[in-house]
Amino acid sequence: MKRYILERVAYSLLVMWAVATLVFFMMRAIPGDPVRAMVGFEADPQTVAQIRHNLGLDQPFIVQYLRWLLSISQLDLGNSIWNQQPVTILLWEALPRTLSLASLSFSIAVALGIPAGIVSAVRRYSLSDHVFTVVAFLGLSMPDFWLGILLIILFATKLQWLPAFGYEPISVGIWPWLSHLILPAFTAGTAFSAILARMTRSALLEVLREDYVRTARAKGLKEQIVILKHALRNALIPVLTVMGIAFALLLAGSVIAENVFAIKGVGRLLIESILNRDFPVVQGTILVIASIFVFMNLFVDILYALVNPKIRYVE
Amino acid sequence: MGTPRAFGFEEGFDGLAEARLRAPARRGWGTVPRRLLRDRRAILGLTILGGVVLTAVFAPWIAPYDPSTQGPEMLLPPSLQHPLGTDDLGRDLLSRIIFGSRISLFVGITTVLLAAALGVSLGLVAGFYGRWVDMLVMRYIDLQWAFPNFIIAVGLVAIFGTGLANVIVAITLAFLDDFARITRGMVLAIREEEYVAAARAVGASDRRILLRHILPNTLSPVIVQGTVSISYAILGEAALSFLGLGVKPTTPTWGLILNDARPFFTTAWWLGVFPGLAIMLVVLAINFVGDGLRDLMDVKEYQEARR
Repeated sequence: MKRYILERVAYSLLVMWAVATLVFFMMRAIPGDPVRAMVGFEADPQTVAQIRHNLGLDQPFIVQYLRWLLSISQLDLGNSIWNQQPVTILLWEALPRTLSLASLSFSIAVALGIPAGIVSAVRRYSLSDHVFTVVAFLGLSMPDFWLGILLIILFATKLQWLPAFGYEPISVGIWPWLSHLILPAFTAGTAFSAILARMTRSALLEVLREDYVRTARAKGLKEQIVILKHALRNALIPVLTVMGIAFALLLAGSVIAENVFAIKGVGRLLIESILNRDFPVVQGTILVIASIFVFMNLFVDILYALVNPKIRYVE
Repeated sequence: MGTPRAFGFEEGFDGLAEARLRAPARRGWGTVPRRLLRDRRAILGLTILGGVVLTAVFAPWIAPYDPSTQGPEMLLPPSLQHPLGTDDLGRDLLSRIIFGSRISLFVGITTVLLAAALGVSLGLVAGFYGRWVDMLVMRYIDLQWAFPNFIIAVGLVAIFGTGLANVIVAITLAFLDDFARITRGMVLAIREEEYVAAARAVGASDRRILLRHILPNTLSPVIVQGTVSISYAILGEAALSFLGLGVKPTTPTWGLILNDARPFFTTAWWLGVFPGLAIMLVVLAINFVGDGLRDLMDVKEYQEARR
């Protein structure tokens, strides 16, 4: 177990290094002069030379690369070209918003998806199964940004129940925070929720055929206990594996939702910096998003090992 | 590898022997279209897709107005003159959506064809030659696998810049790993089949074995993946355009129409509703067909979580 975890941690660090290296090389593979691309062709040569020097672009390639690795290991991601602010500070301000959004949509998706999957499996081919199937299919086929737009039109404009844009920190109050996040969280979480529902359904159907479920029923246990204690626990193992992949989907959804609902999170920062050609911010944001993914994958791998005895006992 | 050829007739013999060996794999394919037509959802999907393809091809004849002509009738709600209303510049929304189908389908199909061609080649080579080639390809695929396709596409657009060509390159590269991974897995299994050993025994070259024996047998899951990927590519292009990272603002695409309409969602609901409906209809239709194919070809459902 310990060895397995250490291996996963080492692998994650390796992936982070690979991503950092890729980002470094790709930023230098940009066609044309990145400094010119950033400041435009009208800028005077002195400014260009100054920026080039500030970014360390006048140094030899290998020196640039080592300096890049050194500075990111010290959490120094450089300064924004637009407002000169350190990229780490920009990210530090954006992260809580993205994490709030992602965790809320995760909770919503789990709260909707797993029960829907259970009902679908237990009452297979019933009306509720069919309804959930159609809803899941729609959820997977619907562009998430469009869902966001529909939610704005319905709940913010027509019904005026919830705000359409922006973000309030939790320190202002639970309701202002929550009310700004409900619509974006639905937007980001729908696809994830649909996948969870489908996965839970098929995994549970598989498990319900097993002998130990039949035994549990034969013992005269209540159906509820058979489902929840015996079947569901085993059914959730494969669901957990997709959660890793699907959580990535959730974060991708957050990038979209932040842009639809004008929440200044990491995803919005990424898109804005791309549009502004603010490369230090692009670079830093990609790295941070990548590390969130790597960390999540690691987390799910370890969780999976804890839940699944087949891995737990291999030593 | 492959033994040197001594006699002239070997080519013919080779071909004959192989044709027999290949027969079982071929049989399943001919009946696929016929069986697909028994699946009601697949028929519905194919019908919708056929309609959209025709609309895209004949857009100039079908669209009631020119998609870029501005008029004085701004932000009109749906009416008989403008069935889906007009936008803030007085352009007819229906016409813009009809023309928008061109870019969506074009991007969806070209990116998936390119990604499949590249990914399948990578997977074939990695699975067939193994060793360091395999290791190299797999490390790359694993790396890409850790991130959602959409995020990769956004990252690539950040580097290449916006515009139609760059969007196609970005989506292609983002989807490549899916095809490589599937093909490699198939090749690893097929490589050990008897008919491959038999082909090798009759002196078929590596190239011949790869292209005539292994490739055709990897195609079922690739086709299923390809179908599903088209819908994800269309969603991806729409999302990129919606974020302002897609094609040039002069070309109407579904994502771009929605992006342009952002300031007016609260006042002109039709601008927010109809373009998205078009995207969903196409994606839904493709998913119907994809599901039908998946059932027919008995391909495992492990790809659902990728987008």
